[in-house]
Amino acid sequence: MVNPRKPKSSKDRFIAAPASKTRFFKEPAKNMSDAYPNDLLFSEDHEWSRAENNVVTVGISQFAVDQLGDVTQVDLPREGEVLKQNEPFGSVESVKAVSDLLAPISGKVVKVNTTLQDSPEYVNEDPYDGGWMIQIEPSNPDELKKLMDAAAYETFLKEHED
Amino acid sequence: MSTETTVRNTPLTSAHRRLGAKLIDFGGWLMPVNYPAGILEEHKATRNAVGVFDVCHMGEIHFRGPRAAQAVQRLVTNNVAALSDGRAMYAVACHESGGIVDDLIVYRVAADHFLIVVNASNIEKDHQHFVANVGSLCQISNESDSTALIAFQGPKAQTALAPLTDANLASLPSFHFLPGQKVAGVSAWIARTGYTGEDGFEIFCSPADAPALWDTLIDAASAVGGKPVGLGARDTLRLEARLSLYGNDLSDTTSPLEAGLGWVVKFDAGDFIGKAALLRQRDAGLARQLVGFEMRDRGIARHGYAISDVATSTRLGEVTSGTVGPTVGKNIGMGYVPRSHSQPGTRIVIDCRGKPAQAEIIKGPFYRRPGK
Repeated sequence: MVNPRKPKSSKDRFIAAPASKTRFFKEPAKNMSDAYPNDLLFSEDHEWSRAENNVVTVGISQFAVDQLGDVTQVDLPREGEVLKQNEPFGSVESVKAVSDLLAPISGKVVKVNTTLQDSPEYVNEDPYDGGWMIQIEPSNPDELKKLMDAAAYETFLKEHED
Repeated sequence: MSTETTVRNTPLTSAHRRLGAKLIDFGGWLMPVNYPAGILEEHKATRNAVGVFDVCHMGEIHFRGPRAAQAVQRLVTNNVAALSDGRAMYAVACHESGGIVDDLIVYRVAADHFLIVVNASNIEKDHQHFVANVGSLCQISNESDSTALIAFQGPKAQTALAPLTDANLASLPSFHFLPGQKVAGVSAWIARTGYTGEDGFEIFCSPADAPALWDTLIDAASAVGGKPVGLGARDTLRLEARLSLYGNDLSDTTSPLEAGLGWVVKFDAGDFIGKAALLRQRDAGLARQLVGFEMRDRGIARHGYAISDVATSTRLGEVTSGTVGPTVGKNIGMGYVPRSHSQPGTRIVIDCRGKPAQAEIIKGPFYRRPGK
């Protein structure tokens, strides 16, 4: 069957997708919120993290995307760079604003979504798959405990609505 | 964020909410940045069809009396005598220092009645400046609160607006206006002016009539592929057309000559405020100039970013406006640089948050509408 989250056209989207591209073919969980998927963790700075096989894939949340509007440029670190939790690892620019990306977890960058250099719009169109940004090999996986699950993140967003 | 009690609604704020706009506090007004379509789509809709803009926050200051023309000429740098009834012109008002109080449009309604439309953020300042300087010459009344303004801009503006009015739009040239009209049954003034680089109209009406007129204009625009457009795209549109924004590109400390607005400074027009200072500046030569540039390296210039020399890294000035140019397909901006670096083709370096990126100085607008 056709998964509703499957990208519309470009084959590149599959190349761009992170290790978990099998998600495209997975039935979405019945109670999964489209905006904030249950298999992700979120930071207060609106980055999402997906931990799988000792690699954490990172992007920005639907909320961040909605705030930014049309993303026109994404600046990411190089592979091999070492990041510290809550410190900037890059920036994302939309037509109207620029904002820092903060590392949700410490560790080494093992993969970068270079497709975003030419197709930053993937961040808007598909923030949790084609719009992934980097993969980190965490140096201290316990740091994930400081992040929020989808339900906690949605509560956090409601509390900070203004 | 925007919980300040001083933030004001326009007559159209609830219409924006209904349309799903993202609203922000812009100079004390709650204004739409963009609607759900987003800045890029709104920009495109204006370039290709029609964009409908809430510009109710703009100020309307009327000058009435037999010496109104004399009063306005004392205030603005352009030649007021060149106006006839129903004509409008772009101008700036200066301080004695030559610094810009505001950029504005002067409309001649009649020999004894002029309207000046000013920037929202400057209404109080302008009104005080006007009254202090020429209040004895004529009656000056700030009618901003009782005037709504909707801009209807784009290549299909005339086609879409014509069915809603008996006014002869086809014979209304640029920078002309028609008072005493009806648009969709509402009393309105129709001006062929705008701030997007496109053909189009600005429609003045009463705040009470504005919501119904807005809805009708949105429908008329939608029928030809148009959309409501927020401040985000208003900024990308005006910057592509290289129109200056007060507070960014123009200020109390920049002169119209430095800002490239020498074409609205008519030294022979009359004894306007700031004339002596501008003459001195012209004769001494300008120290700096507002230039337009296109990014040559990856990077988006933003207001406040430093501009430096390519070879020596000496600081030259700063970016006053910068954005993505959706229609021109380039990242573009404006900023002040010394005369030595203002020639088209000159390379400059923009400090994009710590990353140096080269840009090239460009002459003229980044975007010109087809046939213009």
